[in-house]
Amino acid sequence: MELGHLKLWKLIRNSHGAEFVPSCNHPTSALLKGCGGLWRRRLISKAGLPCTFLAVVALSACRNDMHVQPRYDPLAPTNFFADGRSERPAVPGTVARGELRTDELLYTGKINGQLADVFPFPITQKDLERGRERYNIYCTPCHDYTGSGRGTVVRRGFPPPPSFHVQRLVQAPVGHFFDVMTNGYGTMYSYAERVPVKDRWRIAAYIRALQLSQASTIDNVPATERPQLLSEKGK
Amino acid sequence: MPQIFHRSSNTIARVSIYGAAFILAGLGYLGWRVNFSSYYTNVGVHDPQPVPFSHKHHVSGLGIDCRYCHVSVENSSFAGIPPTHTCMSCHSKIWVNSPMLEPVRYSYFTNNSIEWTRVNALPDFVYFNHGIHIHKGIGCTTCHGPVGDMPITWKANTLYMRWCINCHKHPWRYVRPRQYVFSVTYKPPPNQDALGRRLVKEYKIKDATQVTDCYTCHR
Ligand code: HEC
Ligand code: HEC
Ligand code: HEC
Ligand code: HEC
Ligand code: HEC
Ligand code: HEC
Repeated sequence: MELGHLKLWKLIRNSHGAEFVPSCNHPTSALLKGCGGLWRRRLISKAGLPCTFLAVVALSACRNDMHVQPRYDPLAPTNFFADGRSERPAVPGTVARGELRTDELLYTGKINGQLADVFPFPITQKDLERGRERYNIYCTPCHDYTGSGRGTVVRRGFPPPPSFHVQRLVQAPVGHFFDVMTNGYGTMYSYAERVPVKDRWRIAAYIRALQLSQASTIDNVPATERPQLLSEKGK
Repeated sequence: MPQIFHRSSNTIARVSIYGAAFILAGLGYLGWRVNFSSYYTNVGVHDPQPVPFSHKHHVSGLGIDCRYCHVSVENSSFAGIPPTHTCMSCHSKIWVNSPMLEPVRYSYFTNNSIEWTRVNALPDFVYFNHGIHIHKGIGCTTCHGPVGDMPITWKANTLYMRWCINCHKHPWRYVRPRQYVFSVTYKPPPNQDALGRRLVKEYKIKDATQVTDCYTCHR
């Protein structure tokens, strides 16, 4: 049962991953071949010839029991479970530590089942900057940097999403943006596994900022900044 | 008593004594070379993958950030290999009939894993962590080579201990401003030395005495 213990340990460790489920826990996951894949190649199949030589130079070169230790690296395969994965999904009906989700607004973007138009925590400048960074990583391939919906992937033939600057989305409550990221929307897949809960709210806040910026006039620009902006206009 | 050995044995004995030294040295040199050859280190070897995934296409062509797929690279030891779900967020609608992507669709619809072949792997007795390197301004391409030009992923460095130590001793030669860590086009500026020394101070990078201790990596 030595191996069984190791797996159990892994399982507990994973369930600590508090806020977001590690991507490898998704039901259809990637599996990296072999913690020992390379070592097997390097030391056994390929090593025959060099080892003969190296044995003269360094007798220890052909041992690999410390290189491949009886533990699982992330995504390492196993033949203990039928699906070959050492990462186990949570048992149905259980709640991992730190994963209890009682705060409706924070985790669903709703208040009493209705999409909310408030943020669950105050948004600061720092949150907006984080939101911009995360937006640029996860959303720009399709929605573009300005939210126009003409990202690089769309230009290669992905069905175009609506612009964030259409009337309907400008008026939509922030809860809607959170909900779309969490559960997906039409052809858009969910981003819940990759973007932790709080970052999803920060992205929503940044989208609001984008909407404001695209609808701004020169009057919204602080008087001190105006001359610079106007001088850049001609360029 | 007649001589057992012919006179020429003297020469043979001398030659073989000197010769042995050369043969041993030659063998040693050969072993050394084998140790650094791509045959042994796998550097530059294009391992076949179940899906011919191209970083060149996705990173340089489409401008997708590393973190779109390698989600945990910023705060974990493990960078993360994307689950099929990530591929399908685009390939549900793009190249849907491509035979190259058949394993991805098969995996997604049957809940079987794609078995990627590992390219970079350290032995289990070495502790490595991506998070610290990303936060201290070491770029992906410094360790993984020109990922943006790789139609199939290959290993760019030996990952030998001397390679790690070299940088831990001279971090200013490699560090770059944090905002370029994920960039695949970043080239070190001509004043790398000055810039590097400034960044080492700014990011409070520990000096060699602290990160070349054995327990840094063997714990
Ligand atoms: C792979 C491309 C892709 C990516 C990446 C993507 N989206 Fe979308 N998004 C779409 C498509 C396509 C639609 C339109 C879906 C439909 O109407 O069926 C959409 C629609 C939306 C909508 C509008 C929903 C509505 O009410 O019409 C919002 C809001 C949105 N996405 C937010 C995001 C955010 C935030 C991110 C980043 C976390 C993101 N999207 C990443 C493709 C993408
Ligand atoms: C569209 C998803 C995607 C993006 C974006 C992406 N990768 Fe990858 N990466 C993968 C997949 C899938 C693999 C596994 C297959 C392989 O090795 O080619 C991988 C493998 C790798 C590996 C080798 C892993 C091993 O087996 O040792 C490295 C290194 C890597 N990526 C670095 C990067 C860097 C650096 C970037 C950003 C510049 C990046 N990747 C962006 C999907 C992606
Ligand atoms: C953000 C969107 C996006 C994601 C995520 C994505 N791809 Fe792609 N992929 C594309 C686009 C767009 C093309 C077509 C490129 C072109 O037309 O030049 C493509 C092309 C390909 C091709 C064939 C093109 C070639 O010549 O290499 C393969 C194979 C492929 N992708 C595999 C994958 C795998 C495996 C994953 C998951 C790790 C993945 N892709 C994730 C957008 C994506
Ligand atoms: C200091 C050098 C270094 C830097 C910087 C670095 N890596 Fe790695 N990377 C490694 C090493 C070493 C491994 C092998 C780790 C192992 O076997 O445990 C690795 C492995 C990987 C893997 C395979 C999965 C894993 O974690 O074992 C991926 C994917 C990857 N790196 C992506 C990236 C990306 C993306 C970046 C930039 C954000 C990056 N790496 C920056 C050294 C580095
Ligand atoms: C290109 C430069 C570079 C390379 C190559 C590199 N490192 Fe590092 N490493 C750093 C820097 C910079 C730090 C940050 C030191 C600090 O904490 O200030 C670091 C920190 C670490 C730490 C954490 C140290 C601590 O306790 O603070 C570990 C562990 C580590 N590296 C392991 C490795 C291993 C193993 C390799 C080889 C596979 C490696 N590194 C290769 C630059 C590098
Ligand atoms: C910066 C990280 C780092 C530090 C510090 C470090 N090592 Fe290593 N060590 C490695 C890596 C990486 C390897 C694996 C190299 C390989 O792939 O063959 C290794 C391999 C070894 C091996 C070879 C084991 C074998 O069977 O091949 C020995 C012995 C060793 N280290 C001893 C030490 C000692 C003693 C120290 C302290 C003086 C030390 N190491 C400090 C990273 C480090």
